[in-house]
Amino acid sequence: MAIAAAHHEEHPGGLTRWLFTTNHKDIGTLYLWFALIMFFVGGAMAMVIRAELFQPGMQIIKPEFFNQMTTVHALVMIFGGVMPAFVGLANWQIPMMIGAPDMALPRMNNWSFWLLPPAATLLIMSLFVTGGGPAAGWTIYPPLSIQGGMGMDFAILTIHMLGFSSILGSMNIIATILNMRAPGMTLMKMPLFVWTWLITAFLLLAAIPVLAGAVTMLLTDRHFGTSFFDAAGGGDPVMFQHVFWFFGHPEVYILVLPAFGVFSQIIPTFARKPLFGYSSMVFATATIAFLSFIVWAHHMYTVGMPMAGELFFMYSTMLIAVPTGVKVFNWIATMWRGSMSFETPMLYAIAGVFLFTIGGLSGLMLAITPADFQYHDTYFVVAHFHYVIFAGSVLALMGAAYFWLPKWTGHMYNERLGKLHFWLTTISFNVTFFPQHFLGLAGMPRRIPDYALQFTEFNQISSIGAFVLGLSQLLFLYIVVQTIKGGKQATDRVWEGAEGLEWTVPSPAPYHTFATAPQVK
Amino acid sequence: MLKSCVTNLKHILYRLFSGMGMSLVPGLAFAEYGLNFQRPVTAIAHELLWLHNAIMIICVAILVIVFSFMFYAIIMHRKGRGHQAAKFHDNTTLEIVWTVIPFIILVVMAVPSTATLLKMDDTSNPDMTVQIVGYQWKWKYEYPEQDLSFFSTLSTPREQIENEADKGDNYLLEVDNPMVLPVGKKIRFVLTADDVIHAWWVPQLGVKKDAIPGYINEMWTQIDEPGTYRGQCAELCGKDHGFMPIVVEAVSEEEFAKWASVQKAKMVAAEARAAKTWSRDELMERGEQVYKQACVACHGATGAGMSGLFPAITGSKIAKGPVAGHLDIVLNGKSGTAMSAFKAQLNDGDLAAVVTYERNALGNKAGDLVQPAEVKALR
Repeated sequence: MAIAAAHHEEHPGGLTRWLFTTNHKDIGTLYLWFALIMFFVGGAMAMVIRAELFQPGMQIIKPEFFNQMTTVHALVMIFGGVMPAFVGLANWQIPMMIGAPDMALPRMNNWSFWLLPPAATLLIMSLFVTGGGPAAGWTIYPPLSIQGGMGMDFAILTIHMLGFSSILGSMNIIATILNMRAPGMTLMKMPLFVWTWLITAFLLLAAIPVLAGAVTMLLTDRHFGTSFFDAAGGGDPVMFQHVFWFFGHPEVYILVLPAFGVFSQIIPTFARKPLFGYSSMVFATATIAFLSFIVWAHHMYTVGMPMAGELFFMYSTMLIAVPTGVKVFNWIATMWRGSMSFETPMLYAIAGVFLFTIGGLSGLMLAITPADFQYHDTYFVVAHFHYVIFAGSVLALMGAAYFWLPKWTGHMYNERLGKLHFWLTTISFNVTFFPQHFLGLAGMPRRIPDYALQFTEFNQISSIGAFVLGLSQLLFLYIVVQTIKGGKQATDRVWEGAEGLEWTVPSPAPYHTFATAPQVK
Repeated sequence: MLKSCVTNLKHILYRLFSGMGMSLVPGLAFAEYGLNFQRPVTAIAHELLWLHNAIMIICVAILVIVFSFMFYAIIMHRKGRGHQAAKFHDNTTLEIVWTVIPFIILVVMAVPSTATLLKMDDTSNPDMTVQIVGYQWKWKYEYPEQDLSFFSTLSTPREQIENEADKGDNYLLEVDNPMVLPVGKKIRFVLTADDVIHAWWVPQLGVKKDAIPGYINEMWTQIDEPGTYRGQCAELCGKDHGFMPIVVEAVSEEEFAKWASVQKAKMVAAEARAAKTWSRDELMERGEQVYKQACVACHGATGAGMSGLFPAITGSKIAKGPVAGHLDIVLNGKSGTAMSAFKAQLNDGDLAAVVTYERNALGNKAGDLVQPAEVKALR
């Protein structure tokens, strides 16, 4: 009773507030902190990787542990960092942007968050069990993933739990957006961030169960005598890759579509001009989502597919460049003849669009099947996806944090420090990952703990960039904590050019907003 | 430390600037700059370099043109300069134009790509065939027409990897038995793997394909000029993925024939050696060599293994128990683990020697000897 009573208070206190909360803002905060912690955990693993690769020869870790680091780094960053961070943004922003009092399914919302910490604990624990963590790469291709110790089983269970959380989260987001919009908020009036999340949620619902199926088959192959992927038992190791990438490619868009939404919120605000081509943005997002389900085998050009397959996947993959191009053109047209100012969120959005486009164009190069035979499984791919996922998703997340922190905390962050963080991050990001294009083209395979001498210089540059990039994020933590503790009082609208319902509520946003639905004109 | 960093930096800048111009001209010696593909030595590799450069230049041009608008706007259309925001937010003509133009560019890219892909896929009418089998962590090359078969493993000494000795020029890119091929002949490769998925890649030949257990993949090459071409396994295949290089020696047809007959003679001699009865010293000496080549990667130099992943041989029940059990696991492997079936990899003499060695060294004292004839009886 005491808990139930406290629940309806304006600010329930103590640990139970967080444990039992059904408030979308509290849960959003939990998601965001969880994601930030995971970024630091995954980042620490990246530091270990880059430290080992600073010089040729094995210096600080053993090859087996190196493979565990690359595998767990990827799993932590994708499933623990980027995905929960965007769900956190969705929790905070979607109800406020569509004028809803909360998410549609608040108790389930609580559960979908609280599945994450045990899942992450399980994954980290795998590094300490006999045999160590999963070491087959985040793609966990059998038969390699059939070998390995019980760390792999920990990872499989982790993926199940995180997947469950994602499915619950997306159901909630879909239910909220479709049912709880304020009167007058038609679908084609929704902010782009809400649109991209609606489409992302459907992608998650379609893709995650496929991954769950794949890893379950892996689990039974490992322990219960099945041979889904074991050629000796009549199974097919390549089938796993098809199933995995049928999940894996939509997954890339799950990570990046909400980032497109963030860019589409920030750029019009600081250009003081409405978003260019709103409806084409929506259709481009939907087209990308659709195409993402028919391009998966471009990750597998070298497995020896029939010619028809190679050609189909090459053409369909190249096609993605069209809607993606539309988005980039729209953002630039939004800036064109605007009245731009360059606060930290805008800097992140501009850098995000520019650097993501570099990743997009190297993606177009990778789509070309014959050329991909040279790029496949090299550092060119590593550079490509970090330009897409770090520059696309992570820079968008940082921009979003600076953009909405004043609304969340009621305080302005320190602009000077924010800009410093921006420049440190983007410069060191490029120092880290740009040379990796050269390494890949010159013939350095990915996922190797040691390399031939001709790759030394670029690896050293890359490692130095990575250390700076890693350390710079401590500054981000400092800025966030500083902003929560105090700072200049933020106005309700926060930014001069801000448009939308979330900017009509006070800063900080009260515990309950839009108890009475606003009327949207 | 600092000094070497500065020297490196100079080196890098030199490479960057001298490489930039070169990298756009196919065929020039930019292999040494390490900024673009290695120097191609087959017609396909030349074509791939051309295709790669063409598409990269198109992509860079698109990036420059598109973002020059953005940077122009950033400089000119800023509030700080007092620029007033326009109100427009739609332009159907413009939107159609920038949907259609990229599509046309894509079609232009797809045409030469399709042509090259079709050429790469044509494995018909080869002059000779080489079978490639991937193992954790070595390659087996079989020449059915020459009746040859041998393993190719990393020859870089352990001390260099562990920084106890200076690294050689071909650090991690050198093997004991390279694949030797004649120049000017169309060679068909047939690929498969014994345990997990590997990928056979030699950048200068422009060939890469996965070697997958239960699958047989094909590709082909025709090397233009004699030389030594190096590559690596490109698909993560476990602990020593970074340590299974590929070396191809391209030689004239006469040299190839000579090499093939020498190899054949070596194989015959090894088989003859395997057929006789060996002394304890012979078994132990050869056993140690085989152990270091085939077993050490997992079970360790002292036989201690690696906790939770690779069992120890020292004090193991199998090495202390009956010979039959020991031979069984070495010959047939254990499915679902990295322990492969060595009967396909080693001859009777080597198997007998290594089992004898494992039972009487590495801290074990079973005292018994295993002879090649016993192994042969189990095949």
